[in-house]
Amino acid sequence: MTPRITLAVTRRVLQQLRRDPRTVALMLFVPCLILLLLWWVFSELPGRDMVDSFGPALIAFMPFTVMFIVTSITMLRERTAGTLERMLAMPTGRADILIGYALALVAVCLVQATLVIGLGVGFLGMDVGGPLWALLLVALADSFLGTALGLAVSAFARTEFQAVQFMPALVLPQLLLCGLFIPRDTMPDLARAVSEVLPLTYAIDAMKGVQAGVDGQVATGTWTDLLVVVAIAVVVLGLGTFTLRRQTD
Amino acid sequence: MAPDDVVEVADLRVTRGGAEVLHGIDLTVGAGELVGIVGPSGGGKSTLMRAIVGVQANVRGEITVLGQPAGSPSVRGRVGYVTQAPSIYDDLTARQNLEFFGAVLGVGPDEVQSALATVDLAEAGDQVVGSMSGGQQSRVSLATALLGSPDLLVLDEPTVGLDPVLRRSLWGTFRALAAAGAAVLVSTHVMDEAERCDRIALLRAGRVLATGTPAGLRERTSADTVEQAFLALIDEVAA
Repeated sequence: MTPRITLAVTRRVLQQLRRDPRTVALMLFVPCLILLLLWWVFSELPGRDMVDSFGPALIAFMPFTVMFIVTSITMLRERTAGTLERMLAMPTGRADILIGYALALVAVCLVQATLVIGLGVGFLGMDVGGPLWALLLVALADSFLGTALGLAVSAFARTEFQAVQFMPALVLPQLLLCGLFIPRDTMPDLARAVSEVLPLTYAIDAMKGVQAGVDGQVATGTWTDLLVVVAIAVVVLGLGTFTLRRQTD
Repeated sequence: MAPDDVVEVADLRVTRGGAEVLHGIDLTVGAGELVGIVGPSGGGKSTLMRAIVGVQANVRGEITVLGQPAGSPSVRGRVGYVTQAPSIYDDLTARQNLEFFGAVLGVGPDEVQSALATVDLAEAGDQVVGSMSGGQQSRVSLATALLGSPDLLVLDEPTVGLDPVLRRSLWGTFRALAAAGAAVLVSTHVMDEAERCDRIALLRAGRVLATGTPAGLRERTSADTVEQAFLALIDEVAA
């Protein structure tokens, strides 16, 4: 890995995003709109505030999903356009590509998460006991996870169509199993066992842990959840490295 | 290998999808030499070039590039490679593409500018690649391969689909690069382009039918053009 090359990749990815303002606007504002919609559809209903119940999960889910899609499609394009091969035929290390991408996308996620957290906490009165920077940190870890999974998936998809189809295939089951809709201890045993190895479970638990904190401290176990998310992301990213082959058929 | 041989390929065999597609290729390219690989589509030209660059899997035999095995880390920055499809980012400008690959190679803006000038794109440098014509896109791809003044240029059908004026000017560029000391390996299926090479290798169905200077090949087969020489050689093999 060479810092010069890593940063060149980051700069280039950001340049590409800047050429595509519509995508950037969608990445940044769709999560805010979804959160607003969540607040609005439940606003007539008495009882628990839905922004409190689902807001943190949404903040965890959106960066994960968005980065998953962006990474899987852009990486697939690099593969099909031959630019990946060109980079690898040059002195580029595989880590330069992975980390360069991750840096660029995490930077975008930082803006995205700041906006959605600002909206939730500032305007919609989302109740958060822990510090706000902890929310941001968890959101960043989730976007990193999305990047890692998206990269791995790009190796198995031959077309952009297939890459997009991996989203419901890999993301929606995790959403159902993560304990958001039904507490995990009321699930069938097998479902609960599966949920325990899925990264989104820990991502959403970490968000809830930050929310459940008091006096600027996060709830017990939050950092462990966060570490599990990062650890899984690192392992997946490591596996993704093997999909960046210098030699292909 | 001769001291100034940049590429030496010996008994190269490549398997793709379970079938052998190159059946023992021998080839050398010297510094300052412009070598053409000529033959019909599907004959293995691209696979041979990919093997020399070091991106082809399932390769057997010896491929030495600049004294190292093909694709070695120390060789990677010294080989320029152009694939048939322009391998560039179509949502960036030509200059941004070159600046990116330049940063990967560690070369500065001066070289970006001179590479653009070499392919006659100095004026169009700030145009987004996606809005360029096919010929311009191929030239951006070629300019990318020129960055860092590589010792070896591997150009896979760089002139396909280009107009005759541009083709002539690009062959002039290849000649100039070879004259400046680079080893240049160009593939083409247009036989009359091959006349401009120092040496050509006729590749068909994964085998080298013949190598030699264009004049030598014509003489050997008593043909007027390389194309006729090629056809005569095929008949010779069939007979």
